Amino acid sequence: MELLCPAGSMPALKAAIENGADAVYVGLKDETNARHFAGLNLDQAGLTEAVRFAHSHGKKLHVAINTFAHADSWENWRKAVDMAVKCGADVLILADIAVLAYAAERYPQVELHLSVQASATNAAAIEFYQQFHVKRVVLPRVLSMNQVRTLARTTDVDLEVFAFGSLCIMAEGRCYLSSYMTGESPNTAGACSPAKYVRWDEHEDGSLESRLNNILIDTFAPNETAGYPTLCKGRFTVGEDTYHALEEPTSLNTLSLLPELHKEGIVSLKIEGRQRSPAYVAQLTRVWRQAIDKVLADPANFAVQPDWNTTLAGLSEGSQTTLGAYHRKWK
Amino acid sequence: MKFSLGAIQYYWPQQVVKNFYRQAAESAVDIVYLGETVCSKRRELKFADWLQVAHELREAGKQVVLSTMTLLEAPSELRELRKYCDNGEFLVEANDVGAIRLLQDNQLPFVAGAAINCYNQHTLRQLMTMGMSRWVMPVELSRDWLQKLLQQPMVKDVRDCLEVEVFSFGHMPLAWSGRCFTARSENRAKDQCELCCIKYPEGRRVDSQEGQQVFVLNGIQTQSGTRYNLVNQLPSMQGLVDIVRLSPQLEDTFTWLEKFRQNQHGEQRQALEPNDSNGYWMALAGLVQTA
Repeated sequence: MELLCPAGSMPALKAAIENGADAVYVGLKDETNARHFAGLNLDQAGLTEAVRFAHSHGKKLHVAINTFAHADSWENWRKAVDMAVKCGADVLILADIAVLAYAAERYPQVELHLSVQASATNAAAIEFYQQFHVKRVVLPRVLSMNQVRTLARTTDVDLEVFAFGSLCIMAEGRCYLSSYMTGESPNTAGACSPAKYVRWDEHEDGSLESRLNNILIDTFAPNETAGYPTLCKGRFTVGEDTYHALEEPTSLNTLSLLPELHKEGIVSLKIEGRQRSPAYVAQLTRVWRQAIDKVLADPANFAVQPDWNTTLAGLSEGSQTTLGAYHRKWK
Repeated sequence: MKFSLGAIQYYWPQQVVKNFYRQAAESAVDIVYLGETVCSKRRELKFADWLQVAHELREAGKQVVLSTMTLLEAPSELRELRKYCDNGEFLVEANDVGAIRLLQDNQLPFVAGAAINCYNQHTLRQLMTMGMSRWVMPVELSRDWLQKLLQQPMVKDVRDCLEVEVFSFGHMPLAWSGRCFTARSENRAKDQCELCCIKYPEGRRVDSQEGQQVFVLNGIQTQSGTRYNLVNQLPSMQGLVDIVRLSPQLEDTFTWLEKFRQNQHGEQRQALEPNDSNGYWMALAGLVQTA
């Protein structure tokens, strides 16, 4: 079972590998990946360096080219694939049918993984993408453990699941909430709730309002922890009640599911967070390395160590974690 | 320019559904999409009931398309999907690539619904190779995007073999989740939902803390708070869009169908209501209303 860690920069990539990642995934410095944020990601020189560093440590480098190509700039997606292959990436993580078809035909020797952005949630969808020779499918965070188990037992493709990080509660790649409010979505612009639309208003009494493109997402009392206004994690009013109508600002944490994921033959655990700091990546990687080593050594007697959860909670949104959809009751 | 009725997105009692399609049969609509696309627990009409409605509408001269579930997770949902794909007489709208896979196996033509991620000419051609005969553009795309895509030589070459449809009226489907938000709004677990969606035939309204309507909850689906309304944009669709889709609303769907039909070339512009939007088509945020 592989530990696959995120990196938005060379320091983060080094932090991941030095703390025990088996593989690292990165994006390029353009709209071809779903974390298209200022100051993040790698250019061609950076990617070459990243591949060299990973390989010199015996680790793998995955490149996410997982947004959907635009009609008038298809070339950028094609070039991203060409560049990643030329730089020696081990794996391409793709979502667009056209990009998959191009990579499968032009580079049959390169390993292709289906990005979570392609939203393959069932056996027939996985079969659909096998036309493009995908070796592995990253499952969306909407499935329960039972559903993951069923898929693992019916498909012959390798499965990767999200283990930790920001919790996306919608079927990824099919959520247009962000463009509805701002005009830009993960699919069209490579970012959800983009930072340039965020505004914080502080009042005289110390209370705080967060807005996205001027729409009020949440209000915070003076002593309350205020989270980034990801629009699905705001407090809204339904009927008489004002609450987190879609989702609380929490992070996904599947430590307690490790023995089951291992038993079902899940090949890779993905940590979310290419937008996070090297220190964050280092701390997370250390915890997950220890946990995976324990489960591999003795799955029957695996127990989550309290200090792991303490570290992870400190790295989580609102200092809270959840099993998300893996746990049936969450739904 | 043809007009279609999308599948009913909400959970309506069987009688309300049947009355709606009786009106549809008598209306001037050209194409009707039928079936449950949101939640497999909604079974006021079963597959056989949908087929019966389909036959009645066909006899009334409508083209009928069976529309399939968007978020498919359980093996039981795939078995139900297979019934739709194997129906043997009606065209099928695929709302997940899983459905495309089954239709490909049967070598049948299909409609690719708005939740299929087709954003560029190369993907469009790939889908056509698989059997797509009609493409419903993703709701978040604009006229500019559509025009740029259709202008590509590789699309122009095959444009005669493809119909283009645009979601043009109604609350837009914007997201699907493993979680049921309507059950959550009633403090129920999804497994104990008691089909509470049936109490909300227009979904449940979600407001910001300032009273701005932001979303509509419809089971596992999240819709736009605004009603999308491209009635005044129909002239700008000429030459680009073959089919204009109206999504069934509890009230006034057929009144609006007539208003759309009468304004195809801008003959009868309509005043929009305060909660109408048209931003996506204008390449703006979806919730924007422009004059």
